[in-house]
Amino acid sequence: MGDTPQRSAHAGTGGTPVATSHERPAGASARVAERSGNPGRPDGGLGGGGGLPRARAFGAERAFRGLTLAAGSTVLIVIAAIAIFLIAKAVPALRANTESFWTFEGWFPNDNPPKFGIGALAFGTVLSSLLALLVAVPVALGIALYLSHYAPRRLGNSLGFLIDLLAAVPSVVFGLWGRDYFAGPVADLSAWLNKYFGWIPIFGEGPYGSSILLGSVVLAIMVLPIVTSLSREVFRQTPTANEEAALALGATRWEMIRTAVLPYGRPGVIAAVMLGLGRALGETIALALTLGSTYAISFNILEAGGNSIAANIANRFGEANDTGRGALIASGLVLFAITLIVNITARAIIYRRREFTESAA
Amino acid sequence: MTTTLPTHRPRPPAQPATLRARRLPAYAAPAIAVAALLLSAGLVYGAGIGGPVLVVVVGALLYLVGLFVAANAVEGRRSARDRTWSALIHSAFVLAVLPLASVVWTLVSKGSERLDANFFGTSMNNIGARDANGGAYHAIIGTLEQVGIAALITVPLGVLCAIYIVEYGRGRFAFTIRFFVDVMTGIPSIVTGLFVLAFWVLIVSPWFNDGRPGFSGFAAALALSVLMLPTVVRSTEEMLRLVPAPLREGAYALGVPKWKTILRVVLPTALPGIVTGIMLAIARAAGETAPVLLVAGGGAAINFNPFENNQSSLALFVYQQAGEASKYSPARAWTAALTLVALVLVLTVAAKLLARRNRLGR
Repeated sequence: MGDTPQRSAHAGTGGTPVATSHERPAGASARVAERSGNPGRPDGGLGGGGGLPRARAFGAERAFRGLTLAAGSTVLIVIAAIAIFLIAKAVPALRANTESFWTFEGWFPNDNPPKFGIGALAFGTVLSSLLALLVAVPVALGIALYLSHYAPRRLGNSLGFLIDLLAAVPSVVFGLWGRDYFAGPVADLSAWLNKYFGWIPIFGEGPYGSSILLGSVVLAIMVLPIVTSLSREVFRQTPTANEEAALALGATRWEMIRTAVLPYGRPGVIAAVMLGLGRALGETIALALTLGSTYAISFNILEAGGNSIAANIANRFGEANDTGRGALIASGLVLFAITLIVNITARAIIYRRREFTESAA
Repeated sequence: MTTTLPTHRPRPPAQPATLRARRLPAYAAPAIAVAALLLSAGLVYGAGIGGPVLVVVVGALLYLVGLFVAANAVEGRRSARDRTWSALIHSAFVLAVLPLASVVWTLVSKGSERLDANFFGTSMNNIGARDANGGAYHAIIGTLEQVGIAALITVPLGVLCAIYIVEYGRGRFAFTIRFFVDVMTGIPSIVTGLFVLAFWVLIVSPWFNDGRPGFSGFAAALALSVLMLPTVVRSTEEMLRLVPAPLREGAYALGVPKWKTILRVVLPTALPGIVTGIMLAIARAAGETAPVLLVAGGGAAINFNPFENNQSSLALFVYQQAGEASKYSPARAWTAALTLVALVLVLTVAAKLLARRNRLGR
């Protein structure tokens, strides 16, 4: 690796004398090197620091710096552009809407007096995501702990690799599987739940089939590998000294995990769960294939029905006219806002936590 | 769950028989498991409230309770807790493996049905509901072109952005960019699709398309690149931070300007890690359906030109075939899904293997 800088120094001797054009060295050691450097021709031998080169107004350094700055700014520009263009297309449709956008339960933006409301969709989105996390997170943390601390090392590594691969499987595959092969067992489960636990309001009457329960469980199965692989990574990074200290004090394996591994991994786990929540909120195709596509707010998670903002966009996009597209874009804007809030909250938590653990460690 | 049975008081410590604590015999756990299963079978079938699945579930619960009680009686509270949590963690693993294994099994068994040359050599053009053949050639072309263009856009942009964050950015502005890159990771794919729909398809492209909205593969590539950008930036950023500072300082000491140090020293050192991140981002983008559905249009014919007319993609092909009424479409959907998963997995495995060879450990 030591030959790389040399090579680049020689490359500078070729065309334009770029080696003289750096405006300001960044590191302190670089500055020292420059002062003590051999003041001579810049294309001199190894220590070609150049005789205290002047900053140029338009040098390669400045151009490159500007280029990276522009690339960095694109991120901000893209996020702002997303908000601006979605609002620009959503406002005409919202103006044309003859019902309340927040409370109306239905979606008829293509009719002559367009009527549509986001209430039921937003409700379904949040409900299915939360249910999915409720199922997925405990199981995912269990698997992550199994892979990092219970399984034999070799088995844990290869299974972890497998879980990473499953996290890459596209959502449309899970959706297809959920609709064609998982709907039957879930319908049986729904009937059983209703028979024996029907007195709990969320386990209401049928017809059973493409229900919130099915969508949530498929979502949970999809989110599971993501949360697992992230939190396994976090658990594995627990300092061995902490674990050994706990064990040396006579802790059982569970006590070691509870006192050393879990506190250390908490910010990472929160991040993983929030990332999973973000995935679940924005998941489109799996829910478009497994939800019943109705427009009513209902806590009965067994009944065929349910909908989410993203699934509704995928289902209704084909038939949408101009107002219809605007209405879908308006719903997308709401989804964007929800995910933005979730993400910013999560990041704020993580940043604060990170400082906390670093200062504590 | 803390059923506190009257525990046997530990013997007075005056004369311990042995220094080791008392332990459950090795046969205790399997014995409790068998007893729990038998008991639960008796309960479930006796009350007539379910089938074999319920027997296993109730059996597992009884096993956990039984194990806790037995260990509590013999080994004490702490050890009982340890055993119960261990059993819970193991059962979480089994619980999750079942559906995932079912997905993989269905994918392979159903997907191999149409795995023939015809599927990879023909499109869906002029294929009616009664035609058994038809394939995904057009969709494969679409996926490759869209993902390729998206990578061409994203990779330079993402790497430069990461260089800014790590090497040049100072203070509040760089922090803001980092923060929003993090936030951007969480933007749903359908929202990026809607963004490109509003921005490119409905507003910009009509200017050079006679006022008609221009659905195209390029629009899909734009949406995918918005999705890929944060992933590429984050992974590149992490890798650049791992490059040891003495390497940079050595280059500065030799009088190499900063930009050249970055291009010739820092980037080559971090290259394997950066390529890994890029490949993972590409793999994720290749599997996205929602943005392509909104902005590419999804045609049935082969279209090599990503800048004009509708294009399909493999993921979109799966979704469309899943929604069709023809009795031949499920087989096509599953085979396309298998192809897509194979493509994504090859990319992912290659990326992970590359990451393993990376000399910059964490």
